Amino acid sequence: MSRKTVELKNTLKSKINIDVNYLARVEGRGALNINVSKDGKVEELRFRIYEPPRFFESILIGRRYDEVMELASRICGICPVAHQITALRAVENAMGIEPSQQTKDLRKLMAISAHIQSNVLSMYFLSLPDFMGYESIIAMMKNHMDIIKRGLRLKKLGNDITDLIGGRAVHPVTAVVGGFSALPDKNQLQKIRKRLIEAKQDAFETVELFSKIEIPKFKRKCEHLAISDSKVYAINHGRLRSTKGLDIDEMEYREYISEKQVSYSTALHSYIKNQDSFMVGPLPRVNLNFNQLSPDAKEASRNSGGKFPNFNPFASHFARAIELVHNIDESIEIIDRTTIKDEKRKIACKAGFGAAITEAPRGSLYHSYNLDNNGIVRRVDIVPPTAHNAYNIEMDMNEFVESIIDLPIDEIRLKCEMLIRAYDPCISCSAH
Amino acid sequence: MNEKPKIAVFKFTGCAGCQLELLHLEDIFLDLLELFDLTYWAMIKRDNDEKEWDISLVEGGISTPEEIEEIKQIRKKTKYLVAFGDCAISGCIPSIRNWIPQMEAEKIVYTDTSMIHSTKVLGIGEYVKVDALLKGCPPHRNNIVELLKSAVLKIRPRLRSHPVCVECKFSDNLCLITSKKMACMGPVTSAGCGAICPSLNRECEGCFGPMSNPNSSALASIFREIGLNEKDIIRKFRKYAGMSSKFRKEAGH
Repeated sequence: MSRKTVELKNTLKSKINIDVNYLARVEGRGALNINVSKDGKVEELRFRIYEPPRFFESILIGRRYDEVMELASRICGICPVAHQITALRAVENAMGIEPSQQTKDLRKLMAISAHIQSNVLSMYFLSLPDFMGYESIIAMMKNHMDIIKRGLRLKKLGNDITDLIGGRAVHPVTAVVGGFSALPDKNQLQKIRKRLIEAKQDAFETVELFSKIEIPKFKRKCEHLAISDSKVYAINHGRLRSTKGLDIDEMEYREYISEKQVSYSTALHSYIKNQDSFMVGPLPRVNLNFNQLSPDAKEASRNSGGKFPNFNPFASHFARAIELVHNIDESIEIIDRTTIKDEKRKIACKAGFGAAITEAPRGSLYHSYNLDNNGIVRRVDIVPPTAHNAYNIEMDMNEFVESIIDLPIDEIRLKCEMLIRAYDPCISCSAH
Repeated sequence: MNEKPKIAVFKFTGCAGCQLELLHLEDIFLDLLELFDLTYWAMIKRDNDEKEWDISLVEGGISTPEEIEEIKQIRKKTKYLVAFGDCAISGCIPSIRNWIPQMEAEKIVYTDTSMIHSTKVLGIGEYVKVDALLKGCPPHRNNIVELLKSAVLKIRPRLRSHPVCVECKFSDNLCLITSKKMACMGPVTSAGCGAICPSLNRECEGCFGPMSNPNSSALASIFREIGLNEKDIIRKFRKYAGMSSKFRKEAGH
């Protein structure tokens, strides 16, 4: 009934305003304002990030090289591991330190565990209620307890792995410049291995669930960026590549990617110089690195009808589910090949510039530091995934709104929120 | 009990790590939902009830004029207001910028600073009365549960105010200061984490903030003896709780 009246109103060509003052089920504080003209054209569209900035690029100046990972971790409570590893690698690049293979392996295991946690959080807790017609996962308890329990199990697995390697799940403590202050217990790792094998079934069911949800038919062929490596599914190390041929080393990042300030957002907007906005995240990763996924992840994707490259931002959820299968496989592989032996760390302060790009759960994350001879930070440059995505979200939304303008306003509003949640923005990060 | 206590979770200037810890209580999350009515939690819910709450867990420090107004409104509608984590207690890591001239901090990040309305970062206690503190960056899950349980039972929560050193003794850890000359903040830092860092061969960095009556100047002299310079000492104390009166002298006012 109400649907009809609104449709009627829309065909009468009235202006439409869509306002969401506090975006729910995303991390941090953001809003959305859209004005659509009488003939269905977007006049103004703002993804308004009003999260108070914390000026990390200022407060890190004057701090010591060995504090950087600990301080940068506090940029984000959902992806602290990504900030830690990126900060560590950037500092190590500045000081000319090459960590051991074991350190690289354990860092990757820790990064992957954080991906499991964060991506399950995004899929099950933040976005799934939209597709199932509920306001929250709490409201789903009555009818979908099995799904909630599966989400909790998977999230706990990710957290427990971070906990085992890092000492705790939020703001872990053991990853330090050049290695680890303490190594995980072998028996505990074997126990985790067992749970990982059991979790495979949950991961396949997750793929099935997210292959069946009905996502809006929408496609925008924007540039997708992710780090990439010919041998492994790149998370902590790789060249930054794009679907339109960008292929750069992390040290060259600033020659190609720039930021601009917009009046309504405390997050800066990223763009590729002489070009335009771009997308980072699980979908660009799977689009660019499908071949490096584990055999089971590829098969799960094919069996459920997944086709990549895919340029529907709502397919990000499916990409997260595929990555979940891969992340479990790769975690098992790392546990199987790592022997865990004590290693000595040698650190000598040296002045220099170092940059690093890793894949945080939400996409490519850039850190760079200038250090002086005493290991004191002199300049900082940090670009989190959501700062990379903020401009692209608006570009997507512009086309998306016009394609669904005939729906009732409440539905347009919900679908717009869903588009934002498909990116799983981490707003605190973006306004670091 | 007729009605479940209503809980709200709010975020101010911070990283969402504290609310994440609440959500990371996976084993008992469903039990918690039996006991409490989560009526406001923007990160988890789309329909949020802005009526009064029995318990409000407030994460993050206060750093804009809007936030000052908001925290006052929340106080008015809340029976039991909890400063949830170090940011809400005294600003935590973001408060390091309180020692940098505001314009300077802004200019490093933004080309046009006229749109930025940030103030110094302070704990919520600077603006409203706070009923309980959950220390930590982030608070330990056990302490969150302890606080929620005591709220249901209407008793005083057993939260630790002794130093991390006590927890090191419980774990049979060798003292990192005396055995390895590491600059450990444990002697002045509130316990509650279970001495995570010293147990993993890292000095305590102080992420639970000051204990009840720390002797900060004595620890600063020990740091001097083991080779730290004045700037190093300032960095140690100007980190998680530089704004606390218990650390401010050593943090360089």
